Amino acid sequence: MNLPDPSFLIIQSLNGLTYAMFLFLIASGLSLIFGVMGVLNFAHGSLYMLGAYLTHQFVSWFIDAPGYFWWAVLLASLGVAALGAFIERFFLRHLYIREELNQLLFTYALVLILSDVAKLIWGTDQFSVSRPAILKGAVEILGQYFPKYNIVIIFLGPLVALLFWFILLRTRWGRTIRAAALDRETLGALGVNVNRLFTVVFFIGAWLAGLGGALVSPISAIVPGMDVEVIINAFIVVVIGGMGSFWGTFLGALILGQVYSLGILILPRLSMVFIYILMVLVLIIRPWGLLGRPMQR
Amino acid sequence: MSGRNWLWLPILCLVLLLVALVPLTESRYAVFLGTDILIHGLFAVSLNLLLGYTGLVSFGQAAYFGIGAYTCALLMKKAALNFALAFAAAGVFGALSALLFGFFCVRLTKIYFAMLTLAFSQIVWVIAFKWNSLTGGDNGFVGVPFPQNLDSAVRFYYFTLAVVVVSLVLIRQALISPFGRILTTIRENPERTEFIGINVKLFQLIAFMISGFFSALAGALFGIFNHSVFPDILFWPASAEVLIMTILGGMYSFLGPVVGAGVLLYLRMQVASYTEYWPLILGLILASLLFFFPGGIVGFIQDRLGRLRRKP
Repeated sequence: MNLPDPSFLIIQSLNGLTYAMFLFLIASGLSLIFGVMGVLNFAHGSLYMLGAYLTHQFVSWFIDAPGYFWWAVLLASLGVAALGAFIERFFLRHLYIREELNQLLFTYALVLILSDVAKLIWGTDQFSVSRPAILKGAVEILGQYFPKYNIVIIFLGPLVALLFWFILLRTRWGRTIRAAALDRETLGALGVNVNRLFTVVFFIGAWLAGLGGALVSPISAIVPGMDVEVIINAFIVVVIGGMGSFWGTFLGALILGQVYSLGILILPRLSMVFIYILMVLVLIIRPWGLLGRPMQR
Repeated sequence: MSGRNWLWLPILCLVLLLVALVPLTESRYAVFLGTDILIHGLFAVSLNLLLGYTGLVSFGQAAYFGIGAYTCALLMKKAALNFALAFAAAGVFGALSALLFGFFCVRLTKIYFAMLTLAFSQIVWVIAFKWNSLTGGDNGFVGVPFPQNLDSAVRFYYFTLAVVVVSLVLIRQALISPFGRILTTIRENPERTEFIGINVKLFQLIAFMISGFFSALAGALFGIFNHSVFPDILFWPASAEVLIMTILGGMYSFLGPVVGAGVLLYLRMQVASYTEYWPLILGLILASLLFFFPGGIVGFIQDRLGRLRRKP
């Protein structure tokens, strides 16, 4: 077997790292919602898709304004977050008392509805958003070129991770959220408004998905079907890392990104099989994930 | 109980008679839709053996349906095996793969169980999708021959009807036997079932195998029915669809899933002639079902009948 050029391997690995950061943004929202509410949100991929479509929409509206791309990202992700909070407050909340299957199927109903709503609004054409002016161009790494935008993403991912780690583990808000994951009844008895807390958690989770979709828009085509494609990968990340485990999600995303980008060089046909086999192995050996803790769910 | 059976038996016979008379309408549309509903009805009942009767949420049931379809089609076309053998092999292969996957799945509970069934079915999907030389990959496996003696749509309809009725009777017998009662006990409370000395995992595994067997038979019928097999039938939304059929009809009644399959497929056929936005409509149906009719169609009817009867 011919070994590829090492500098090419590094670029490919950096591409994997970029992809991992998007996966991390989506999967961390998924993991947060699952960890706190026990809801496996199939619609998380749909929220990611809406983030991308909304960014395209806002960019086309604000194209003349300074810094239009960043405004579009901000508004699109907040719009998605608001939608998530709306869904939680008016629909999902009424299903908490039922079996988990009901919540799962409701979020699947949302997948069906949102994918068609996106088609109704934006049609089936493929869109793309151009990169913001300051991040156009590429950086030379060992004789290969790597886009500046991707470098920013690679740094942005860990930054968001650190921010959330700080909020979750070092602030009062974070403590309350972690307490809700453990025992919502007791938390309610202690005077915390658990209902509002759940809406806030869903808002944050949806915001992360929307942000992922908004930031991916300049480097990936915005098409119908991107929701279904990403959600399974986000599930895999969460399962491998550990549902509800924050750093587990980060690790899971890194693993998946590298397996995709490097696996495609070694065995292009089988890189997807590797991922699923990895998921199966983790579920068999450590069902709670690499960095998760066993729980009674 | 006996009073209820007394009422339901004539109704059931009447429905069966009507179903058997469908080809007399000489409508190709009715025969086509009828065959599709019967096949998916069997698929949904086999899923409900796990979901409604054993309390296991399988999110990868499409794997066994697809394995059945590919096994039967490949054996008939590539190995020129006759239909009877290929059909039986499809069921056996479905049960064996369910044994292999189920062995690991039943060790997990709830969401982890669902996730592992999903992961296994995605592996089967990737294999069917990527192994072009065997399965035709994304282009599908086309030109599955119609078996001898079953070469008209009407004959195939009657064959499907016979297979489905026999399968349903067998599943029903299994469910009302002591074995089936143990499954229901497991659904209600696995820990207590374990305490009275029953090997819960073993019973769950057997239920998983039976379910895989009948799902594979349904899949084998489906491959012949379409003259082709595509990897889409293995992709995870297919597993979600059969779950929806089951919930729509009612997971706590034996024939509920058949009703669900019938309603869903009929609606899809109708809606498709007006609009391409079927997923939107299905999503709205599913959401309203979860909020307003959690027992599904049959559950709702039973509830109403029960209320009528209780009134003096």
